[in-house]
Amino acid sequence: MFQFFIRRLGMVIPTFIGVSLLTFSLIHLIPGDPVTVMGGERGFSEEQRQEIEALLGLDKPLWQQYIRYVGNVVQGDLGTSFITREPVMDEFLTLFPATIELSFFAALFAFCVGLPLGIIAAVKRGSFFDHTVMTISLAGYSMPIFWWGLLLILFMSIQLDITPVAGRLDVLYWVDEVTGFMIIDAWLSGEEGAVRSALSHLFLPSIVLGTIPMAVIARMTRSSMLEVLGEDYIRTARAKGLSKFRVVMKHGLRNALIPVVTVIGLQVGTLLSGAILTETIFAWPGIGKWLIEAIGRRDYPVVQGGLLIIATIIIIVNLLVDLTYGIINPRVRHSK
Amino acid sequence: MKIGLKLLASATMAATLATGAAAANKTFVYCSEASPEGFNPAFYTSGTSFDASSRPMFNRLVEFERGGTSIVPGLAESWSVSPDGMTYTFNLRKNVKFHQRKDFRPSRDFNADDVLFSINRQLLDSHPYHNVSGQEYAYFGYMDMANIIKSVEKVDDYTVKFHLNSADATFIANMAMDFASIFSAEQADMYMKAGTPEQLDKIPVGTGPFVLAQYKKDSVIRYVAHTAYWEGKSKIDRLVFSITPDASVRYAKLKKGECHHMPYPNPSDVAAMKSDSDINILQSNGLNVGYLAFNTQKAPFDNQLVRQALNIATDKEAILDAVYQGAGEVAKNPIPPTMWSYNDDVVDYEYNPEMAKELLAEAGFPNGFETDLWAMPVQRPYNPNAKRMAELIQEDWAKVGVKANIVSYEWGEYLDRTQKGEHETMMLGWTGDNGDPDNFMYVLLGCPAAESGGNRAFWCDEEFNGLLEQAKTTADVETRTELYKEAQVIFKDQAPWITIAHSVVFEPVRKEVTGYKMSPFGQHDFYAVDITE
Repeated sequence: MFQFFIRRLGMVIPTFIGVSLLTFSLIHLIPGDPVTVMGGERGFSEEQRQEIEALLGLDKPLWQQYIRYVGNVVQGDLGTSFITREPVMDEFLTLFPATIELSFFAALFAFCVGLPLGIIAAVKRGSFFDHTVMTISLAGYSMPIFWWGLLLILFMSIQLDITPVAGRLDVLYWVDEVTGFMIIDAWLSGEEGAVRSALSHLFLPSIVLGTIPMAVIARMTRSSMLEVLGEDYIRTARAKGLSKFRVVMKHGLRNALIPVVTVIGLQVGTLLSGAILTETIFAWPGIGKWLIEAIGRRDYPVVQGGLLIIATIIIIVNLLVDLTYGIINPRVRHSK
Repeated sequence: MKIGLKLLASATMAATLATGAAAANKTFVYCSEASPEGFNPAFYTSGTSFDASSRPMFNRLVEFERGGTSIVPGLAESWSVSPDGMTYTFNLRKNVKFHQRKDFRPSRDFNADDVLFSINRQLLDSHPYHNVSGQEYAYFGYMDMANIIKSVEKVDDYTVKFHLNSADATFIANMAMDFASIFSAEQADMYMKAGTPEQLDKIPVGTGPFVLAQYKKDSVIRYVAHTAYWEGKSKIDRLVFSITPDASVRYAKLKKGECHHMPYPNPSDVAAMKSDSDINILQSNGLNVGYLAFNTQKAPFDNQLVRQALNIATDKEAILDAVYQGAGEVAKNPIPPTMWSYNDDVVDYEYNPEMAKELLAEAGFPNGFETDLWAMPVQRPYNPNAKRMAELIQEDWAKVGVKANIVSYEWGEYLDRTQKGEHETMMLGWTGDNGDPDNFMYVLLGCPAAESGGNRAFWCDEEFNGLLEQAKTTADVETRTELYKEAQVIFKDQAPWITIAHSVVFEPVRKEVTGYKMSPFGQHDFYAVDITE
């Protein structure tokens, strides 16, 4: 197990170097430089332009900029935003809890809905329920997030008046930022109704963001379950006289879960990229929107730093997923 | 940022305590479109940042009248200009209080020291605050203030003299702009002594109607009313900016009553808003112009007849219908009709393909020619869809034998290349900064701008430029008006541009909101609003 861990960890370092080089070169390859974008129609005089370039460290050759960037990253400094002049790490830490909170509830929705749907569809294979679930999940998978989000807002918030339209908390609550997680902060503030307000604001965005992962999980669980349920040991278990529920949940599900867990790991990427749109629609102050804006403004440090952190998170999650296999299925840990 | 946020958090509590726990707080919610870049208006150029900083929290020596472009007294009760136009004397208002905060309790009222600090910080490289925060004083630079102002002199606590390098009539309008907001010199000294001068730009203290209470990036900005505001406390007690980037969602929030006011609606939503009984839709003419510039340094556009012919060949009404969808009006002058000195006697070129062909033949192009037509890749206030516009113009020109190839680049690249004059014809536009005609004509069509590339037509007409320079150094508004009117006649005849449109700006507000006035500058100022139940 330890060796397995070390081996997987060793693969992380080249990935990091690759990611840093890729983000650096990609953002510099996009045409248009930050100073021109800043100037807009007015433009800067040559003197002003040089002053700003020097201020932002853009006056040096590209390779020197890269070396300085990597050097700083190694020391834990991701640079400062060109626009706000705030350290990238601070901005990230301010915004990231919102993304985590949203992603967590979206994942919870995806898991809690997708898994049972997949299991029941597999057990009742070919039934009306099965067909319905598969159609819905196909629709969920193909749904454009933007359209789906607006549709839900119009229906749930405007038509039925059940949920708030957007944001994280009703503006009437003045909740101080302690942890950055709105539910916790609302609870700490002790204001009556604040927690309920925070939860109701989470409802729609979690569904919108969780829809694609939910569909993926449902489909994956179903096909994986079908495969497992056809195995000899399932028949043996049935022959031993175990209840159907026990066979499905213990002998079936546990084996069927391995590919599903992999998929959940991969869905972290989907959650983070889906967050970009979901955050924009629901005015959710997370990192997705932050990165998109930074790309538009050619805010190099934010784009590079932000992508590097996200890549790190995805790498870590996938590492954890690999390690979980070992726990779920001993064969993985022993065979290699 | 961390320190900033923590201080802000504690400031929130202070502010909340200061206003007391009165239950009947009137809260006005504005669904703004984005986070401000920061809270020091001297650093930025975007309306979003001004809406969140200079408008609610600061005053200037002179102000734009609410809902207009004329200059009215602000922190200066009155001012006078020396006969040579080179010295401006401001008499400052007394008993003006700065914001009280937990971390800063001002010991004195606003006075001349604050003016000197706020201007000299931007003007003098040697000023101890000049390089704090590592930001460029962008608008101070754009408006060429470093060359306009020679020095600022404190005569006494309530009198300040600005000495200029040469007579410049635009100076006073510039002083009403956001970058000229007055900070507290006392607060600056306090932070400098504490060794944390950059805090000044994060926790701003001004004399304006609202005090910053809390800022959460991309989420919310909260203000409380400044109870000792010199114009009187605002009718609302709390002002909240609920940051909502998507226009359709802003509309949904407005409809549901989650906000009282929103900027920048989707043009396609305007019709629905007009028929919504909960919403009033305000409309005003934008202080802007969208144009097509001919590169007059390149053949055949060095020929006035060709430029006139293409003006005549372009069906602007059709463009207005298709691209602006009613949210615009045809432009005939380079300045919008709401601006003083607009020459309404100028006759626009009328759409007439036959006549355009004749003119082209006269110019030596009976069979037309081929050219490029550059279109912006982005939506701008003065042009909602440049590519669609380019297609329409392409069709119009094809009818008179001119084949135009549409060219587009990424926005930064586009600005860069057109500034260098790589284009033959290109589209762009302008939004006014200070309501002065000089800010459109001299900046976009003057000879110095043809050198720097701000004048994308690279058109330098001695007579036209002479009139502008004369107007710039004349303080008398009537004389200036005549000069600008004359200049507009020359402009139309020389036709370096096709003036396409001035956009119309819509702002939906909920019915219960009263007292709001739209600013021609597109700014959002909530001092005068009230909510009636």
